[in-house]
Amino acid sequence: MRIGVLAIQGDFVEHIAMLSQLGVNALAIRLPSQLAELDGLIIPGGESTTMSRLMEDYNLTSPIKELVCQGLPILGTCAGLVLLAKKVTNSVNGSLGIMDIEVERNAFGRQADSFETDLPIPILGDHPFHGVFIRAPLIREVESAVEILCQLSNGAIVAAKQNNCLACSFHPELTDDSRFHEYFLNLTKEGAFAKRNH
Amino acid sequence: MEKGSWKVKTGLAQMLKGGVIMDVVTAEQAKIAEDAGACAVMALERVPADIRATGGVARMADPSIISSMMEAVSIPVMAKCRIGHFVEAQVLEALGVDFIDESEVLTPADESHHVWKHDFKVPFVCGCRDLGEALRRIAEGAAMIRTKGEAGTGNIVEAVRHMRAVQDGIRRLQSLPAEELAAEAKALGAPLELVLEVHNTGKLPVVNFAAGGIATPADAALMMQLGAEGVFVGSGIFKSSDPPVRAQTIVKATTHYQDPSIIAEVSKGLGEPMRGLDIRAIPDEELLATRGW
Repeated sequence: MRIGVLAIQGDFVEHIAMLSQLGVNALAIRLPSQLAELDGLIIPGGESTTMSRLMEDYNLTSPIKELVCQGLPILGTCAGLVLLAKKVTNSVNGSLGIMDIEVERNAFGRQADSFETDLPIPILGDHPFHGVFIRAPLIREVESAVEILCQLSNGAIVAAKQNNCLACSFHPELTDDSRFHEYFLNLTKEGAFAKRNH
Repeated sequence: MEKGSWKVKTGLAQMLKGGVIMDVVTAEQAKIAEDAGACAVMALERVPADIRATGGVARMADPSIISSMMEAVSIPVMAKCRIGHFVEAQVLEALGVDFIDESEVLTPADESHHVWKHDFKVPFVCGCRDLGEALRRIAEGAAMIRTKGEAGTGNIVEAVRHMRAVQDGIRRLQSLPAEELAAEAKALGAPLELVLEVHNTGKLPVVNFAAGGIATPADAALMMQLGAEGVFVGSGIFKSSDPPVRAQTIVKATTHYQDPSIIAEVSKGLGEPMRGLDIRAIPDEELLATRGW
């Protein structure tokens, strides 16, 4: 299995380390030519503004969008979630715009409001998942095609799935818990993602 | 729910990796930096080259300037406090900045003691010239390290020296047998606990960027190839002839630091870089890197 990790900026090394630990061939992706023959793609945490600008400058936005629309499984964490959203409430930047969700950037506030907390994520089992939220975005609205995977105690949506797209506000790659990545890999392996219609 | 933990402090530094943090003195410059792809901006009243030129005591920036930058951009905003000036740090934390740089670029407030950074919820970045200095700052609570270089010179030589010193220090610790680590910790002036961690992992416990003298895309890529996880660019951008273009190209060279053909492409026709200084022409008392210990 070959999983690409977008390596333009952010904590791509942590994702690659997590994948390697799970025995997966992880590749750093910086140019369109490196997108060939991937079984999945991860967009890491980082600065979404920086990432979207460089994706545009190096012609990565359209090919990634096309591959995901053809069914390539994709996981976005934090900044990756922002890039996957069709609508971003407080941003002027273009993004991949694939998932039918509305996202608010830095929804909890600045760094002083970054936090850690245990999260209930039923699809990962009964044991809570440790969520690390850093200047994190939130999912404000979802359309009916989107499956909500995790909410904070106040109801705020912090993880969701739609067809072959998986996204979360927090950073599974900053923990020692590989369940979120394993969930993504299992969906990829089993071909459990439905192909998108358009 | 736990705020201001070590995990979220060091985690923000991890999110900045592979990026360029740019010195800015106005909200307008902050916007230019953000548009060029900076992963954060550093709020200052004067860039290091001007601090060097005008002399006098350099202090924390006016809070109104810092606040205007925080309003102007959505990327993280960092600001500098003087070494040991924990009240400037308290003020910056109260303003809500995302990161504090306890910086040798400003005039030190305390020649013996740095800020005890564990007392703060906001993360700190500190400069270093070698592994011992890096580990002392981490022990005090720095969630991110940058090599000092010599700010405001546009000369990469000190940045290279300091990055090589840190990397050499790490390689040396890895190669030592366990029974020699305590003596090495003593020689380094660093806590044994952190020395053991570096011996075992082969890397610093926090993210390490390069700073001080980066003026061109090739300079940025050089520091990345030497092991920096990202770069700070101070005077190099807004003291050049075309700041937006220079900023964009340094960002590209930082991402594609292993790809000489891209670095060549972005280096074409950039206009004048900042005018550089020969380190040997600077009197010892005007060197910034020797501030702090």
